Amino acid sequence: MLPLVFVLVAALSSAAARAGEETVRIGWLSQAVQRSLPLSYLDQPPQDEGIQGARLGIADNETTGHFTGQSFALVESIVPENGEVSTGFHELAAKGIRLIVTDLAAPELLGVADVPEATSVTFFDTAAADDRLRGEDCRANILHLLPSRAMLADALVQYLVAKRWRDLLLVVGHGEGDREFAADIRHAAQKFQAHIVQEKSWTFVPGARRTDTGHFAIQAEVARFTQGITYDVLVVADEADAFGDYLSYRTFDPRPVAGTQGLVPSAWARPHEQWGATQLQERFLRQAKRWMTDRDYAAWMAVRAIGEAATRSKSADPGAILSLMHSDRFELAAYKGARLSFRSWDGQLRQPVLLADARSLVSVSPQPGFLHQFSELDTLGIDKPETKCRPG
Amino acid sequence: MPTGLIGRGLAIAVLGAARIAAADTIYVSNEKDNTITIVDGATLAPVKTIAVGQRPRGIVLSKDAKSLYICASDSDHIEVLDLSSDEIARTLPSGPDPEFFALDPAGKTLYIANEDSNLVTVVDVDRGEVVTEIAVGVEPEGMGISPDGKYLVNTSETTNMAHVIDTATRQVVANVLVDSRPRRAEWTADGAQFWVSAEIGGTVSVVDAAKREIVKRITFAVPGVPAEAIQPVGIAITRDHKLAFVALGPANRVAVIDAQSYEVIKYLLVGQRVWSLAFNPEQSRVYTTNGVSNDISVIDVASLKVIKSVPVGQLPWGVVSRP
Repeated sequence: MLPLVFVLVAALSSAAARAGEETVRIGWLSQAVQRSLPLSYLDQPPQDEGIQGARLGIADNETTGHFTGQSFALVESIVPENGEVSTGFHELAAKGIRLIVTDLAAPELLGVADVPEATSVTFFDTAAADDRLRGEDCRANILHLLPSRAMLADALVQYLVAKRWRDLLLVVGHGEGDREFAADIRHAAQKFQAHIVQEKSWTFVPGARRTDTGHFAIQAEVARFTQGITYDVLVVADEADAFGDYLSYRTFDPRPVAGTQGLVPSAWARPHEQWGATQLQERFLRQAKRWMTDRDYAAWMAVRAIGEAATRSKSADPGAILSLMHSDRFELAAYKGARLSFRSWDGQLRQPVLLADARSLVSVSPQPGFLHQFSELDTLGIDKPETKCRPG
Repeated sequence: MPTGLIGRGLAIAVLGAARIAAADTIYVSNEKDNTITIVDGATLAPVKTIAVGQRPRGIVLSKDAKSLYICASDSDHIEVLDLSSDEIARTLPSGPDPEFFALDPAGKTLYIANEDSNLVTVVDVDRGEVVTEIAVGVEPEGMGISPDGKYLVNTSETTNMAHVIDTATRQVVANVLVDSRPRRAEWTADGAQFWVSAEIGGTVSVVDAAKREIVKRITFAVPGVPAEAIQPVGIAITRDHKLAFVALGPANRVAVIDAQSYEVIKYLLVGQRVWSLAFNPEQSRVYTTNGVSNDISVIDVASLKVIKSVPVGQLPWGVVSRP
């Protein structure tokens, strides 16, 4: 008995000796996944998406930590495509890391969040927009940095309604995410009084884009596809970017395209430079030598949220950091002109959603006039009374 | 000859009287259209627009009131506008992306926040040279110098701190953690306090300058305005330390605060996205820049009423009043 007590005390006192230079260790868990190529040759998915945002977050936290006597370290675990994500998780857990930023799809994320050792770990999801992760499949140990698909749909439909473009033609791709986004658009239309005049599945297989005359077939097909329908805006659900870029300028009637292509609701956007966003864009460009994506931004926010809670709680202890993060003292500034915090009912970060096309920021939702009794940010996505999240 | 002299003397006397009545001159930097608008304080009408460098934001008057220093953020330098000729007389180095700055009470040294590089650049105005650089937090923004010139307070927007810098040693001597995205640091005339606005936090922290501790965190609530829209930026505190004015950004209001009890007395409706504030020399008025409505509002301090709005250029940012 005695020796054990002695060891414990020794460990405690050595921790106390380093109190002036406490290190907050943050895990990074991702899987290298072969991504489908987008339709446009111009924007190929970067290999280091996400992790670059986390690294920049560490650098920003370190600058603050320099004044507060805290330091921050990212412990990276990148699982190969055919590897087991749980192996990567166990590596981090074995190092005693309890705050893990994940860039994983929903099934892999749930896979690690449900292992017994994960009960004392909190995961910061920066890649999965799935509504079910905030609903029936929510977990008490997962926080979500990206807006859910429901939030994106609400942000877009609020804007269309504010413009009085209420009649929507909904075009849906084959992906699971496409079907979920379409359902969210239907829900948003009902909530904000827009009208879906018709919903169509995109079934045309246009063949190789790069064949010399491919564009003739596409132009004719899109015109046929949209002929004879009276609507204001074509809303497209095509997350894989398989056909959405084919719709603009090719519809039968001159109508704008919005959704996953055209006017896109998103957490972050390349043209965004309001509220000091220029600074973040430039810091990121300098570090990564490419533009910041949604997932980079989500990873940056995850690391900054941990940094902010560590600064405010004056602690490197994961328990103290999390308890501050879940308190009403927590607020994250993330270049969108609002203070961000986590929703208590589903772990979703409440945040404004940008509406942008490739070259300009068009608007930011929530739109003025969409009111909420607590926070207007909660007009986006699933609100407390309607949540299906019942974490066990 | 003698009568002529008397006549000129009289004319000067009359002019002088008119100046005492109202006449300050207001200078407004317009971030978007790269200009300075000059507004006549007597008539409250814009009288002239001057083209300057790219993205003019912070502006400050020289101590002799003969020049206006302008942060030309995207030109990466400070411009010195000669106020007798209304022409740019010279430029000063600033380090990258100067947003805002403070002039020491002697009028010799400019302390410049380089928003993009986590630095404060110290510039000798007469020699036109960079003296040194001081490392601070992420995105330095607000700059406030104590009335005795001994301390500089710099806020860093992403580090959420007010850094107290000793101007003699140029070392950071204290860091005060404030709410999210701190913007301005404004000293009281007696040097006992500095007030720090937090744009995203929605608060103003009143800091005891000797203890370097927050003594009061002022919060705001405007009926009918969402809490997220309350984003405090510009601060102006009267010399007698009785009243403070705080610009609340997209809430389109200026809060009037009893600077002794820290109670908010009144919210004044001004233009859209109210940003910077400046007193006229008598402190009988406060001028506000309204970035979205492209105008300035004029607040009468005695009645606490908005008496006029004056159209200026696009995205007005900074404002100063010259006697």
